[in-house]
Amino acid sequence: MHTIKQQWFGNVRADLLAGVVVGLALIPEALAFAFIVGVDPRVALYASFAIAVITSFVGGRPGLISAATGAMALILVNLMADHGLQYVLAATVLTGIIQFILGGLGVANLMRFIPNSVMLGFVNALGIMIFITQLPYLRGHDAMTYVFAIATLVLVYAVPRFFTAIPAPLIAIVVMTGIALISGVSLQTIGDLGKMPNSLPTFFLPDIPLNLETLKIIFPYSLALSIVGLLESLLTSQVLDDMTDTPSDKNREARGQGIANFFTGFFGGMAGCALIGQSMINIKSGGRGRLSTFTAGVFLMFLIIVLGDVVVKIPMPVLAGVMIMVAMTTFNWGSFKFLKQAPKTESIVMLITVAIILYTHNLAIGVVVGVILSSLFFVANISRVTVTSDSGIYKVKGPLFFASTTKFIQSFQAVKEKEIIIDFEDSQLWDESSVGAVAKVKQKLEEEGVAVSIRGLNSSSEQLYEKLL
Amino acid sequence: MKIAVAIDGSENALRAATHAITLAKHFPEAHLEFIYVADYDKAKDERLLSQNEESLLLKRRQKVEPVLELAQTAGLQAKMTLLKGNPSQEIIKYVNAQAMDQLIMGSRGLNTFQEMMLGSVSHKVMKHVDCPVTIVK
Repeated sequence: MHTIKQQWFGNVRADLLAGVVVGLALIPEALAFAFIVGVDPRVALYASFAIAVITSFVGGRPGLISAATGAMALILVNLMADHGLQYVLAATVLTGIIQFILGGLGVANLMRFIPNSVMLGFVNALGIMIFITQLPYLRGHDAMTYVFAIATLVLVYAVPRFFTAIPAPLIAIVVMTGIALISGVSLQTIGDLGKMPNSLPTFFLPDIPLNLETLKIIFPYSLALSIVGLLESLLTSQVLDDMTDTPSDKNREARGQGIANFFTGFFGGMAGCALIGQSMINIKSGGRGRLSTFTAGVFLMFLIIVLGDVVVKIPMPVLAGVMIMVAMTTFNWGSFKFLKQAPKTESIVMLITVAIILYTHNLAIGVVVGVILSSLFFVANISRVTVTSDSGIYKVKGPLFFASTTKFIQSFQAVKEKEIIIDFEDSQLWDESSVGAVAKVKQKLEEEGVAVSIRGLNSSSEQLYEKLL
Repeated sequence: MKIAVAIDGSENALRAATHAITLAKHFPEAHLEFIYVADYDKAKDERLLSQNEESLLLKRRQKVEPVLELAQTAGLQAKMTLLKGNPSQEIIKYVNAQAMDQLIMGSRGLNTFQEMMLGSVSHKVMKHVDCPVTIVK
């Protein structure tokens, strides 16, 4: 672990530059996420500013970029529609509390239990949902809308071939907005849908009744936000660990996300988490330290306050074009190869995770079901136990535990020999039920007049056997 | 004579390695070094397509292992260097910094359209590397 001074000032020049680039790259998505939730752009921009700045101090992964995100926005849609902004802010505060507690309990250690098939399902469903949210800005408008969206898409994919210093989405937005203003075409703009903030966020308490009824409304949302936020943040931390060859404190990151969301709610911002795309941009641009994240947040706020009047002129189809690129990048195109190559059960887990998320519109439910399903598949897979008999020697292959004992017992139903040996060399007794099953088989056979001896138990199985019998 | 071979786990890289080994055999004092760059742009997808950090490391290992085996069978001592970042930039930086005498790399064999979209690593490297470059087709 680096010292605090190194984490902040070990890479000043590159961190400042990368922070500026990331600050620019954060703006289009923050705006789009606000529109997804149905809140004023202010709510997402304040969130991005507050979360980036707070996590730069309390996060566990230097260089990680956290802000308003699509995954969190998608969860907040219904809460906003049914109960309004004050509940969104209250849910954000509660999310912070839950994440902080989970971080304190060491939630990051549970990441190992989430298989990559579930993570793939998560990002793929996220990509598809972000794509779907952009369609209303295209469909039902005139042909010019499509022209601008497609031209934007072409630009975001073509520009990086020639020029990579400034994020392509930003170049595309500036160019296309310029074309729209000069040519005078009439397109729906950001200004038509919301107002830009012209001041720094202020501290206030969400205006909600503090009672059990409120808690009942916001708790399910906060729980979902907590799960999704931690999942994406910890995944992003892992990617950055790999890119930079440096370790990070994942539980501290979880607590940091909690602290950031807690305060963001009071500053009028919606819940957020780490952004994979922007974090990767940060690393690629040379950002490594906490200063890069801090700079990104501050520069974003600065730009919004200075350029707010220009930002409202950005045509919606241009923003939608950028977001379609974001959706395509979020989607993991290697998944098709994965479906062909991976074991069937893993493919099923991925597809079901995607299907559930698309059906429920809730990323958290998909992840939870995916994890349960994959654990069941794992247990089913590992519980294969075979018993082969050869002249009185019964060889047991595979682990014996609660899920595999039935098969084990069944294998001894038709014993013809008068004397048998059960060989456990390729097996292991895992729990009470396995010892119980061995005892049951032994007792039943002995009642039938078969002499049973046991051999080949490894030392831990032997210990368990001795202890329980 | 320092010979560097940029590899990426592909068939073409394997051919480049074979060529480099043949060359190295003729120079008894040659130092052979393989360079593999884990692409930053693929960091997220690679992580998602592996179960955990360990399996990610294994997958990268599997990309360089065949090449190392080739060198070993040929009875050559070869160094393996793993870098991270943008492949062409990292290769250029490393080869120039280490003052390599010769760089050998495979061509991905992209068509014109792919080259326009993806950009040719070998082309970029060729332009900016200070030493002679051999592109193996």
